[in-house]
Amino acid sequence: MRRPWPWTILALAALLLLGGPAVARERLTIGITQYPSTLNPNIDSMAAKSYVLGFTHRPITQFDADWELQCWLCLELPDLDAGTAEVVERDDGTKGVRTRYTLHPEARWGDGTPVTTRDVAFTIEVGKHEQSGFSNAELYRRVVELEIIDDKTFVIESEKLTFLYPAINDLRLLPEHLEREVFEADPATYRNRTLFDTDPTNPGLAMGPYRITSLETGAFITLERNPEWWGKEPAFDQIVIRTIENTAALEANLLSGEIDMIEGSLGLALDQATAFEARHGERFRVFYKPGLIYEHIDLNLDNPILADRRIREALIRSIDREALSRQLFDGRQAVAHGNVNPLDWVYTEDIPTYGEDLDAARALLDEAGWTEIRDGVRHNAAGEPLRLTIMTTAGNRSRELVQQVLQSMWQRVGIDVAIQNEPARVFFGETMSKRRFPAMGMYAWISSPENVPRSTLHSEEIPTEANGWAGQNYPGFVNAAMDALIDEIEITLDRDAREQLWHELQRLYAEELPVIPLYFRADAHIWPEWLAGVAPTGHMGATSLTVENWHVAGGG
Amino acid sequence: MSGYLGRRIAETVFLLWLMSFLIYALIGLMPGDPIDLMLSADPEITAEDAARLKALQGLDRPLIERYGFWLQGAVTGDFGYSRLYARPVVDVIGPRLVNTLILMGTSLVLALLLAIPAGIVAALYPRGLTDSTVNLLAFAGFSVPSFWLGLILIIVFAVQLGWLPAGGTAPVGSTDLLDRLRYLILPVLTLTLLAAGTFVRFVRAAMLEALREDFIRTARVKGLSRTAVVVRHAMPHAMLSLVTIVALNVGSLFSGSLVVETIFAYLGMGKLIYDSIMGNDYNLALAALLIATLVTLLANLVADIAYGWLDPRIDYGG
Repeated sequence: MRRPWPWTILALAALLLLGGPAVARERLTIGITQYPSTLNPNIDSMAAKSYVLGFTHRPITQFDADWELQCWLCLELPDLDAGTAEVVERDDGTKGVRTRYTLHPEARWGDGTPVTTRDVAFTIEVGKHEQSGFSNAELYRRVVELEIIDDKTFVIESEKLTFLYPAINDLRLLPEHLEREVFEADPATYRNRTLFDTDPTNPGLAMGPYRITSLETGAFITLERNPEWWGKEPAFDQIVIRTIENTAALEANLLSGEIDMIEGSLGLALDQATAFEARHGERFRVFYKPGLIYEHIDLNLDNPILADRRIREALIRSIDREALSRQLFDGRQAVAHGNVNPLDWVYTEDIPTYGEDLDAARALLDEAGWTEIRDGVRHNAAGEPLRLTIMTTAGNRSRELVQQVLQSMWQRVGIDVAIQNEPARVFFGETMSKRRFPAMGMYAWISSPENVPRSTLHSEEIPTEANGWAGQNYPGFVNAAMDALIDEIEITLDRDAREQLWHELQRLYAEELPVIPLYFRADAHIWPEWLAGVAPTGHMGATSLTVENWHVAGGG
Repeated sequence: MSGYLGRRIAETVFLLWLMSFLIYALIGLMPGDPIDLMLSADPEITAEDAARLKALQGLDRPLIERYGFWLQGAVTGDFGYSRLYARPVVDVIGPRLVNTLILMGTSLVLALLLAIPAGIVAALYPRGLTDSTVNLLAFAGFSVPSFWLGLILIIVFAVQLGWLPAGGTAPVGSTDLLDRLRYLILPVLTLTLLAAGTFVRFVRAAMLEALREDFIRTARVKGLSRTAVVVRHAMPHAMLSLVTIVALNVGSLFSGSLVVETIFAYLGMGKLIYDSIMGNDYNLALAALLIATLVTLLANLVADIAYGWLDPRIDYGG
């Protein structure tokens, strides 16, 4: 007689192994492709960290989803007209500014300690310390003086008056009552010993709607409601942020229900997202948010061929960027005609634009002396071929695809373009930063609203061996009018006057063509049908800053 | 034997030092450093900040000087801090090593349990239906790309059937053993199928060769049963080549499987080594690679000793 018990045990074991727990809506699980290397708000700069901190921390000021500067931890932005900011005349004729902020009276850290000006003073002290390891210390260097008015009010004197004087986005507060002891023990190793990394579940480190309750480095971070949060109560009891680096696996996890949503700035590439939408659009909502990620091709203006503006125009006139966006990205990425995003308030349409015009391209090339066509490639009078190289980051599928389409488009007018790609660390770490790209380099700049392009267009920002390869003006663009406009925009406070300067800058950029604008990248956010209230920003300020508005659709 | 062991241990220490220097130099010679990469992601970081951060992390010092500092610490057991994980290197590697041991160890054992009988049966009936089937499956096993097999298993068992989790090491917040087992099934299955394909071919070839040896014919003539001939005489001979293959595989056991770990979001050594090299995390990359080197060297030492045990003609005593 057969004994049934081994099969019963096996069946029970299988049930235990295979049966997963039911997922309740009290928990929202988010999938992202990156894990933050640190959770300290001021050390290292990476999108994953900004996203996590959006749930647990609040900047004093930051741009919102409409790209307007807002107070997140303060009560109102300083204003020269309202008297909460004042211009300071210096002995050397330059102008500084004193700005007054008042922290939210209810603002508290997760252990109940009030957020006060002591935290402000401590953070500035750490930021100014040479060995603190803060990644972007420019703001701290500019602080000439900090005046503490009371527990909640302080005045910062900055050495330079710019139109963005109310913004202190990079001043991310550290809890003085917890971090001072760690910092003072040894400032040089503070970056390795900060409690944000050694004790990340300490409630006293949080001052957002959520606080970190558990984590596994590289895998997930669990957030639960912060009982000390002073603002609107968030809808979800628990939020889990899971890191799945492979985007195909990320998609599979979404379909299997392991995660509920994919964050756009750290999720699927646009072509993957459009394919996903076509297959599973009935189960999920795919929202495309145009952003401040500017895909373009830097032209090395030291290259004698590219130094000729006619060639630069011929290059742009011989490509069909509209078709490229339509066919590769389902038309979801707006073609860029300049370096300013159409959603930015300073954008103007009144600039030269260059649609595909092969006849015009050929005429320009003829005019520039590249008249003789041999084996499909143009040659000049000296018999030199019109041959250029385009480089980008190897392994970036979207860029490599675009590159191949562009190559075939340029071939139509007799421009022979060779593709030569490199791993990101070589491309950015050596080739672009030391201007070793022979002709064209394709990549993206990430910026914030109304971001003055000093580092990328001002002639003082051209990397050279003499200046230690500082600056990011990789094309080597030298234009006195552009330099003057950049300098002027920074210090022009009047909005209308500044808008006119911005329009001039965009016109000059489009006329001179130091780069070939391609498109502004869009992030693809994938949400379950039941989730509502998420407002992606499209810039470096995280979408998670408005988590208290996220809720189950129909559930308030 | 003790003289042989002493010599091998001395060789191991020398090789570890040499490897540490080579790895450090190779990572250091790669273009770009972490700060350069940070700059490319954030145009608002100034050149002044970049110079300050490089100085703070010692990236402005000569490579040899940095290596000297590292070696000084390493001999006293201090492997330094991981730049990518902001924690001591040992704390980062420990849990990853355990995860990798569980994943790769289980896969290796299962692959051997599958491959040894399948290879022996295929060799006993060469060119028959069984042999053809085993060969076909073995070829399929080692020809299929791991990322493809992994994704197919995820689609079938996680997405379509919903039986198993698509990735990770355990449910969030759970320490339950059964939960962890559920998360192991798909990555282990992927690695087992891939490894078994390779092992089967080695076992089959080695068994075929052994079965053609004179001592096997002698054993048969002496009237031993077929099972006795196979188990007592042919198998130990065939296992010699398998021991070599397994010894080489043990090294990769500790360095993990990058592709499978990435697909299944499994936190193991493979991904850790890849990330540490790409992120210029010298301390972490060095420690992780040295562990893999040490284990490979030890595995080879064990294999050499096993040869002597399996084949009486080999003698290290001299």
